[in-house]
Amino acid sequence: MAKVLEPESGGVALQAVGKRLPKLDALDKVQGKAVYIHDLKMPRMLYGKILWSRHAHARILNIDTSRAEKLPGVRAVITGYNTPEIKVGFLKDNPVLKKDKVRQYRDEVAAVAAESLEIAEEAVRLIEVEYEPLPAVFDPVEAMREGAPLIHEEKGSNILKLPWKLICGDPDEGRRQADFVVEETFLLPWVTHCCLGTSGCLAEFQPGGNLTVYSPTQIRYLAQRDFLEAMAALGLKDKRVRVVSTAIGGAFGSKLDTYPFEFITILLAYYAGRPVKLVFSREEEFFATPARQKVEAKIAQGCTREGRLTFRDVEMVLDNGAYTSWGATTPSVMMMPISSLYKVPNVRYTARCVYTNNIYATAMRGYGNPQATFAIESQIDALAEQAGFDPLEFRMLNANTAGEVTPQGFKVGSCGMKECLEAVRESLNWNEKRGKRNGRGVGVGSLIHVGGGARIYKSDACGTIIKLDDFAKVTVMSGATDMGQGSDTVIAQIVAEELGVCIGDIKVIMGNTDLETWDVGAHASRTTFVAGNSALYAARSAKEQILALAASLLNEPQEDLAIKNSVVYSRRNPAVSMQLERVLRAAHFKTGGTQIVASHFYDPPTQMLDKEMKGNFSAAYTYGVHGAEVEVDRETGRVEILKYVIAMDVGKAINPMLLEGQLEGGAAMGIGYSLMENLQTEKGKVLNPNFLDYKMLTFADMPEITSIIVETGERFGPFGAKGIGEPPLVGSAPAIANAVYDATGKRVRSLPLTPEKLLFDADGSEERGGE
Amino acid sequence: MSMEAITDKHGVKRYLITLNVNGDSYTKVVKGNTVLVNVLRDDLDLTGTKKGCELGDCGSCTVLMDGKPVNSCLVLAVEADGREITTIEGLAQHEQLDRLQDSFVNHAAVQCGYCTPGMIMSAKALLSKNPDPTEQEVREAIAGNLCRCTGYVNIVKAVLAAAKAEGGAAR
Repeated sequence: MAKVLEPESGGVALQAVGKRLPKLDALDKVQGKAVYIHDLKMPRMLYGKILWSRHAHARILNIDTSRAEKLPGVRAVITGYNTPEIKVGFLKDNPVLKKDKVRQYRDEVAAVAAESLEIAEEAVRLIEVEYEPLPAVFDPVEAMREGAPLIHEEKGSNILKLPWKLICGDPDEGRRQADFVVEETFLLPWVTHCCLGTSGCLAEFQPGGNLTVYSPTQIRYLAQRDFLEAMAALGLKDKRVRVVSTAIGGAFGSKLDTYPFEFITILLAYYAGRPVKLVFSREEEFFATPARQKVEAKIAQGCTREGRLTFRDVEMVLDNGAYTSWGATTPSVMMMPISSLYKVPNVRYTARCVYTNNIYATAMRGYGNPQATFAIESQIDALAEQAGFDPLEFRMLNANTAGEVTPQGFKVGSCGMKECLEAVRESLNWNEKRGKRNGRGVGVGSLIHVGGGARIYKSDACGTIIKLDDFAKVTVMSGATDMGQGSDTVIAQIVAEELGVCIGDIKVIMGNTDLETWDVGAHASRTTFVAGNSALYAARSAKEQILALAASLLNEPQEDLAIKNSVVYSRRNPAVSMQLERVLRAAHFKTGGTQIVASHFYDPPTQMLDKEMKGNFSAAYTYGVHGAEVEVDRETGRVEILKYVIAMDVGKAINPMLLEGQLEGGAAMGIGYSLMENLQTEKGKVLNPNFLDYKMLTFADMPEITSIIVETGERFGPFGAKGIGEPPLVGSAPAIANAVYDATGKRVRSLPLTPEKLLFDADGSEERGGE
Repeated sequence: MSMEAITDKHGVKRYLITLNVNGDSYTKVVKGNTVLVNVLRDDLDLTGTKKGCELGDCGSCTVLMDGKPVNSCLVLAVEADGREITTIEGLAQHEQLDRLQDSFVNHAAVQCGYCTPGMIMSAKALLSKNPDPTEQEVREAIAGNLCRCTGYVNIVKAVLAAAKAEGGAAR
């Protein structure tokens, strides 16, 4: 159960915000009525299927599609040779259908649309491809060496031209000032999202050449733009693309980019002249969907005798895989904990992303932060020990505080880090349990994450339109995306609170680019903050319009009027009142009447990072602390989590019940990352593309979670709220690794913390790679 | 199998089966390798039953067959001939939600919702034979159902609360 440490602020009793309300679409979902991409069917719809590469790196000498084309029921067969070239990814290095060569087993070589999935699968088997295998490289460090096989020859190097670099203060001087220094190397494995609903989309061209794509995307509007590029490649100029969201069967960052399969589906629909749906099998989902990448992190930190951090120096190599998606930009987020987790005046960070013949890297919940925080927070423990401090005390000493400006230029508004540390200390019974080395131990891992959007594009905005009907029912059209996290409900609560109506009178519509206004996407834990503020200001504007109307109807000054329980009343004289629906009807049913429609485009007050990668790129920062008590079996090396606690400074809990769901779900993903998840590859081939071999947490593995909600009231947040989507898994791995160290004295520097490592490989730094 | 096959002109054998799904009887012609989940979803449009892995690993496709939970991706349609199948669509009676459905809504046991129908069917099977399960029994009964969103905590709470509500109503 969660407890809230801070009382509601402001003195005004809130009606909808802060309430434990069920998720709005849960009623559909428990009845099996929500429509996912897998459930969607159109008249005359065809089924798409992709032929994947048989090699990690090879020239394509010939593709013979003649037998597939002759199979009855086949309506289109496409390859890179009979379609216009379309390249995707932000570096445009990923042709949607590979021509001349393949760089990974996951590469799309051809695709088919047919009357049934069975026929499509058969047709794909009939396509003959002649390959000439090429030398391949799977280790990013090897890939950086002179003479390594080049993944993209035209680039001349496997190192991406994205030299991530951040220097704050004087890190060398910081090192000289340190009385204690710890230097280590940490290794993190490939892991993947494991959405229960696999990826897929449905493309349909309208007779005039306009396109509709049904998709569980996290980025409706950016996808719309990407798909327009495909239209241009097909010679379809000045046409419209409409992106319609289906229910999303899990996303976690996996649907934050557009991928070749979506463009292939569009091409198939275009050439077949029929709607085409393409949905991944579970195996395809495992090997073809980009994942959270493998990282090698060398890190050094130092402190004075008094326990003050003097510097942090981090150098990383990231496996980019064969193509570039958002994975290559995760160092921009890794910089955040590296520069700003605790007060550390001197910081250096460099990161290289390297092409290999592996699967490729994209966003996954935390966006680099879990990897960076594992290294930083594991080492904070080691440094504390070396300097002779209790690790939790050491964190208290260096904790972030409200009002500080971090070396990277983050302006910290609210900050409950110390409160979170205290709460975890108490919950874990830290002072009693720590330092026994008897097979049981406790550990913590703190975190910082963006909590007020993240200006990674020129805009970090979200649009909202609100309208009210004759019966005071409210329709909120939001550009935001709900992928299960509860944004629909949170937005409704914010609007209900501001408009003074009950939540049952609100319908939130999201998911159609023809209807709602623009949003940058569901990423960076931004939806509650950015879409929430957008909805709040739109509701405020609607309220002002309503009160202006009511002022003339009631003959009262507008500033005295308020709305509560769908009644407009005078605050000075509550007897003067009118039902909200009567106000609205009075507006509609008269000569020269009017309608209540309000809109707002909210862009948070932030800056893009400058050339030195500095600036206040989020309007708020979320802090939290994970704590774990573990028992390590001496015989088997198995780690059991006895207690798990998360204390999170969320600013304000708009819906504590859904918030707990985020904390518990994030913790489960974080515990999986810590203890068992590992997308294993051998020479580029994914070895465990199923749930039996890729271990994620089950009911049996899930410990009890104690969620502690700390409310600090963020000045810019809607009703004081900050974002929370990603933080619940960011601190898991170091908390557990630190607890394992406390239990056993063994410091494991690579994930996952498998029994073998605890029995045979106490020093994970000696081992390179997870393969 | 004693079932008689019809062979089409391409030499493919097909079987005539009769399923009782949510109280209604359906007669369908299926191939020998057609799995139950595909009959439910593709032929009967009962898309509430989800496919998550088609290997029996994730539990998303759980339905009740003669009251027992099965992964409908592993059951051949011909094996379901003559059996009584209950899917998520058959759980609510006359627009009245099953207590489990209510409880899942009220305990925030649903996020993306993709695993939800399978979870609820597994829980339904448990409560039918064990109306008052312990937390451990709940965890074991649904251990074959994967969820990536919730961390399972609220699902366990929802099932226990539904059991309690059910017991309360019976008493």
